[in-house]
Amino acid sequence: MRLPQLHFTKFQVAVHVLAWLPLLVLIWDALNGNLTVNPIQTATFRTGKFALLFLTLSLAVTPLHTITGWNPLIRVRRTLGLYAFMYASLHFLTFSGLDYGFALDLIVAELTQKPYIIAGSAALVILIALAFTSTKGWQRRLKQNWRRLHRFVYAASILVIVHYIWLVKNHQGEPWIWGAAIAFLLVMRIPVVRRTVVNWRVRFKQKRRTLPGTLPTQAHDA
Amino acid sequence: MIKIRSSEITPEHVYLNRRQFMKGAGAAALGAAVLAACGPAATPKPAGPTATIDTTPPQAGAQADELGDPLTPYEAVTNYNNYYEFSYNKEGIGRLAADFPTSPWTVAVGGLVKNPKTYGVEDLLQKFDQQERIYRLRCVEGWSMVIPWTGFSLAELLKEVEPTSDAKYVAFQAISDPDNMPGQRSPQFDWPYSEGLRVDEALNDLTLLATGLYGKELPNQNGAPIRLVVPWKYGFKSIKGIVKIDLVADQPKTLWNTSAPYEYGFYSNVNPAVAHPRWSQSTERRIGEAGRRQTLPFNGYADEVAALYDGMDLSKNY
Repeated sequence: MRLPQLHFTKFQVAVHVLAWLPLLVLIWDALNGNLTVNPIQTATFRTGKFALLFLTLSLAVTPLHTITGWNPLIRVRRTLGLYAFMYASLHFLTFSGLDYGFALDLIVAELTQKPYIIAGSAALVILIALAFTSTKGWQRRLKQNWRRLHRFVYAASILVIVHYIWLVKNHQGEPWIWGAAIAFLLVMRIPVVRRTVVNWRVRFKQKRRTLPGTLPTQAHDA
Repeated sequence: MIKIRSSEITPEHVYLNRRQFMKGAGAAALGAAVLAACGPAATPKPAGPTATIDTTPPQAGAQADELGDPLTPYEAVTNYNNYYEFSYNKEGIGRLAADFPTSPWTVAVGGLVKNPKTYGVEDLLQKFDQQERIYRLRCVEGWSMVIPWTGFSLAELLKEVEPTSDAKYVAFQAISDPDNMPGQRSPQFDWPYSEGLRVDEALNDLTLLATGLYGKELPNQNGAPIRLVVPWKYGFKSIKGIVKIDLVADQPKTLWNTSAPYEYGFYSNVNPAVAHPRWSQSTERRIGEAGRRQTLPFNGYADEVAALYDGMDLSKNY
């Protein structure tokens, strides 16, 4: 058994603090009656929104690294993914526990009848599998398959967007904005796109280095 | 008979009243949050008297509906509204609608009638006896309230104008006022809001034209100065801010049915047996309660209205 990592960079600490904030605000609002007169529904919406936010952020790490080359980003990718899982679990528990009081017959009826709940549940199942196998031990055990397994996060992100589009009334544009962001982050992973962006970055940095009179840039990824 | 003092329609009153109910809303929401956390507990308290001289406290003739379900607090009824003419945000309507002009206001009643007439709202308040009716309101989104409305049966108004024998439907139209209704500047919907009923539905005694709630004049966010309340149908049928009522021969176009016909039928009777792609229609959350309730056919008004639909397949005519 390996000891957990005890040394955190400031960036990692900041990510952890920011990730707990929405939950603290939610608890604060619940205790102070700031969750509308329909507090369970509001809590469901909020936890869902933050699950989507952290899933999007975790998917943004690799493209941001491609663009900036800033290595510390990679160290928070799993962290962000696990927070996405945490908020998705809270979202599901709010729905099944607070809203439906764990009434299995009602939950099963919703699970089988409502397309958006089927999509959301499928995404949650993927996130559970990925969170469970997120440790170094599982990474070693699964070898090549670990990467393949964890690419399912792309499927989960698409399912989550479908879940969101299906659950709002047809006039609302917000899920499409999230969908566009996710689509962009997925496109950035296509090898051709990624290589092109990396080439641009390297060329840009070389140009700046060779320009007389400019300060040398910090090269994190020499 | 509800008397409206001129002081009650001043913007100042609306302003002061808004602050008062916002304060109360916090307490109501806290109550709901506590209920959510601890299971059924205390019943919500009605709002206390206010410091302003021209604000009457919300009052109702009874504390429960005929099934024994307690009234939803005034603060919840006036602070959790669907009124897309103002905003998609239920809690933002009260603020956005605070200065909405509701006077002068007329309702034109016409179409296939013998005596078409345009009424000022004050005429309607005087002409028809204003009664209190405690109705359950079931929103298609799966939440519900119990609201003490004041108003009069639509049937009384229709008797005045005398529909001809060709009149089969009643078409309602809400006000078009994009200057004061920011939502109407969005092309997402076929504004102004429109709704419709079959004539026999419109003549049913339950069908109410509401002009007030909790013994007070109707707050702007609840559809002032006059709105429809059809308690056995999903809430969106109960059109707010009515300016026009037409008797017509053919089934009229309605806003939600035009927007998404597969989700919102013309009838839209509360029916736990007809599922909706998003929201549970078999159960509902009563605002202020922790658990879910079984949704009743026709929202609990089957004895009064089920006969209107004899021989109809309600799973097709949803």
